[in-house]
Amino acid sequence: MIEAEILHVGIADAKIVAYPQHLRTAGLGSCVGVVVYDKQKRIAGMAHVMLPDSSLAKQTQMNRNKYADTAMDDLIANLLRHGASRSRFKAKLAGGAQMFSFMSSDEKMRIGPRNIEAVEQKLREYRIPIESKDVGGSNGRTIEFNTDTCGLKIKTVSKEEAII
Amino acid sequence: MYDLRYITEDQLDALKEAGNIGAGNAATALSTLLRQDIDMKVPAVRICHFNELIESIGGAEQPLAAIYLTVQGDAPGNMFFLLQPAEAELFVHYITGDESFSWSNTSNDDINLSALHEMGNILAGSYLSAISDFAKVNMQPSVPQISVDMGGAILANGLIEIAEESDFTVVIDTVISLSDPNQQQHMVEGKFLLLLHPDAFGHLFRALGVEEDD
Repeated sequence: MIEAEILHVGIADAKIVAYPQHLRTAGLGSCVGVVVYDKQKRIAGMAHVMLPDSSLAKQTQMNRNKYADTAMDDLIANLLRHGASRSRFKAKLAGGAQMFSFMSSDEKMRIGPRNIEAVEQKLREYRIPIESKDVGGSNGRTIEFNTDTCGLKIKTVSKEEAII
Repeated sequence: MYDLRYITEDQLDALKEAGNIGAGNAATALSTLLRQDIDMKVPAVRICHFNELIESIGGAEQPLAAIYLTVQGDAPGNMFFLLQPAEAELFVHYITGDESFSWSNTSNDDINLSALHEMGNILAGSYLSAISDFAKVNMQPSVPQISVDMGGAILANGLIEIAEESDFTVVIDTVISLSDPNQQQHMVEGKFLLLLHPDAFGHLFRALGVEEDD
């Protein structure tokens, strides 16, 4: 039996794995966790993005995994480098919640929906179909991607575990 | 903006002093209100990566009860008062005397939640007004919000503006605890976290007299 190993993706972080390794990221709030995978080769990449758009960066040396646009570009380039086939790419995503409901005009409060939109926009540009998603709402999520079954397990504090 | 790489020991000490004064005032307010002794630990101030900050509250998935508010004014930022969910229930029981309150059966119009909101108002208001007075900077708290959820999901809300400029944050962290009069150990332990926006440092350091010479 092959021992499964789960690699942890931090906030503003991304990783690529192949079976028998799996991927996990914990405590997604307004952040979005996105998985792009090649089921046949059992290779997957996961990113945990915080912000929608790298053009907003005020840093000179920015962490590309923090922004939806640059994180997706790198994720896809790295998957191809690891031998995944672009024509088989599919995606799953979760997160983008609005954890707190206050504040009206503050753009920051819409960061969850903007993160979702930015990730989906990139997936459209790359013509990668979204197989499933669990986004929005007002609760935190932990996600775990199984590279063998390509199921994405969603854990929350108050709801039953689900696999999408 | 302020480059956190060039922050000095003196500046960290000044922030620690501000945190000490803020939490001290909040602890006094709570003590007066509850007519009970409140213990306060020496505050910690550190510069840490987002992931280290999340680890320091028990990890991204750890459920926490959070009173969260934003700070507007000269030294903007985000403030959290964090409790273990079970201890937050005890805290509510203690404040309201209603021992039936639990996170699993509460609704938004629960009077117990209003009491916790009000406690958040008092704690944050006294914390921030003490720092405001001490440093002569304007810091205005928003109305607090309460959430019980994963620590990472809650804290990320306080990191959005900071993330536009850095992957690191300065954390001013103070623990206060309410002791059970009949027992030695603490009953409720809460943690104040103040996460300042990058814009806040220049103003605050000038006000505290620890501005770096260029």
